[in-house]
Amino acid sequence: MGDFDFAIIYNNLPFLLEGMKTTLLLTVAAIFGGIVIGTVLAMIRLANIPVLSWVAAAYVNFFRSLPLILVIFWLYFLVPLILGRPVGAFASVLVAFVLFEAAYYSEIIRAGISSIRSGQAAAARAIGMTYSQTMRFIVLPQAFKAMIPVLLTQAIILFQDTSLVYVVGLKDFLVSAELIANRDQKLIEMFVFVAVVYFTICFAGSMIASRIQRKLPV
Amino acid sequence: MILMENVSKWYGSFQVLNGCTTSVSKGEVVVVCGPSGSGKSTLIKTVNGLETIQEGKITVEETIVSNRKTNLNQLRSRIGMVFQNFELFPHMSVLENVKLGQMKVLGRADSESENKAKLLLDRVGLADHAAKFPSQLSGGQQQRVAIARGLAMDPIAMLFDEPTSALDPEMINDVLDVMVELANDGMTMMVVTHEMGFAKKVADRVVFMDEGKIIEDATKDDFFGSPRSDRAQQFLSKILSY
Ligand SMILES: Nc1ncnc2c1ncn2[C@@H]1O[C@H](COP(=O)(O)OP(=O)(O)O)[C@@H](O)[C@H]1O
Ligand SMILES: [Mg+2]
Repeated sequence: MGDFDFAIIYNNLPFLLEGMKTTLLLTVAAIFGGIVIGTVLAMIRLANIPVLSWVAAAYVNFFRSLPLILVIFWLYFLVPLILGRPVGAFASVLVAFVLFEAAYYSEIIRAGISSIRSGQAAAARAIGMTYSQTMRFIVLPQAFKAMIPVLLTQAIILFQDTSLVYVVGLKDFLVSAELIANRDQKLIEMFVFVAVVYFTICFAGSMIASRIQRKLPV
Repeated sequence: MILMENVSKWYGSFQVLNGCTTSVSKGEVVVVCGPSGSGKSTLIKTVNGLETIQEGKITVEETIVSNRKTNLNQLRSRIGMVFQNFELFPHMSVLENVKLGQMKVLGRADSESENKAKLLLDRVGLADHAAKFPSQLSGGQQQRVAIARGLAMDPIAMLFDEPTSALDPEMINDVLDVMVELANDGMTMMVVTHEMGFAKKVADRVVFMDEGKIIEDATKDDFFGSPRSDRAQQFLSKILSY
């Protein structure tokens, strides 16, 4: 390890940071979009609306049966085709992640909503609140609080999964690091650095998740 | 004010309510009792439409509850309900619990809701606990907050489903005192309970249920003096035996 070259990292920091920005942007946008669509899917399934609930269930099962890498690949070709114009790798990848994550989030959220005692909804309905008020003010706030650890864990998995975007050539953190590693023949330095960064972020995330888990009432 | 006519309900093939007919007049207190599983909770929940019925008719004032076109949310905002397990909203303070319905359902202003909530918390003896969360209160205190939450909507009637059966003995009286006071103020009340002391004190009538049927619907004096059915007699002797 004597000639481990730290300068290669330092000198390319702006470029690597740019890659990390793409990774984080994708992660955050996919979490947000996935939770929004996932909540809608979960509520449709729980409300037992005849055709809609079936469609929502089919959607969830469809995406949960596909490898993410395939979804990324397919949407890279499909999104421009559907829109009739090129949209760039980031946009198509973002759509892929949101659609894919929504399926997983909807299952997490569905379990979270089901874990809230039915008496809570009954009490809200009994004072005259509508179904959506009951969801918004009573059930969802409690459900999300109980779900925080699982949502965080899912976010960590998502953060790691964003590295799959290399298949469509999007320059995320990993691809950026790889480009430098190959260009300057510093494979060891770059991949050790990449591993340390991914590990630090994910480890910190899971520590936070388990701390919240312990604080929450069972 | 509340009128139930030949109400029947099934869960699948199991008939939980069987031709129930009874009524609660304005200002009247009706106690509903009967063995566990006899359909008391189901019956009281049909009054505000939390449970639907398949046969019969339920009317509250001029509103036909069992009519599909009825705006149930509006009806429910005028009928208070208190549950066995309190069902306070655990993510909100006591004050917010009592304010929420006023603001979101009745559209009252924040300050008006707050004043009303404080007044009612004072009335149930919990003015000092307004800022606490439900989990910081005893069961008896939580149930009194739940009563205040119902009263905050200025209800025309209050429904109680075994309000004291989840409570430790020493807290039961605090809750019953609040209910007695409410009854003496002229509130229309339908109360599922086995607290016969409460029934003797304030009930006008007692309804006895068994296996989904109303077996006996009598004035308090008739019910305690000489219940006509064997089953009501047995039930009474069991719960009054010590
Ligand atoms: N959602 C339900 N599905 C099927 N059976 C139910 C349901 N709710 C209650 N029951 C049954 O209906 C009967 C009456 O229940 P309930 O009204 O809670 O009785 P009580 O309040 O008098 O103890 C019981 O036998 C109970 O098991
Ligand atoms: Mg019951």
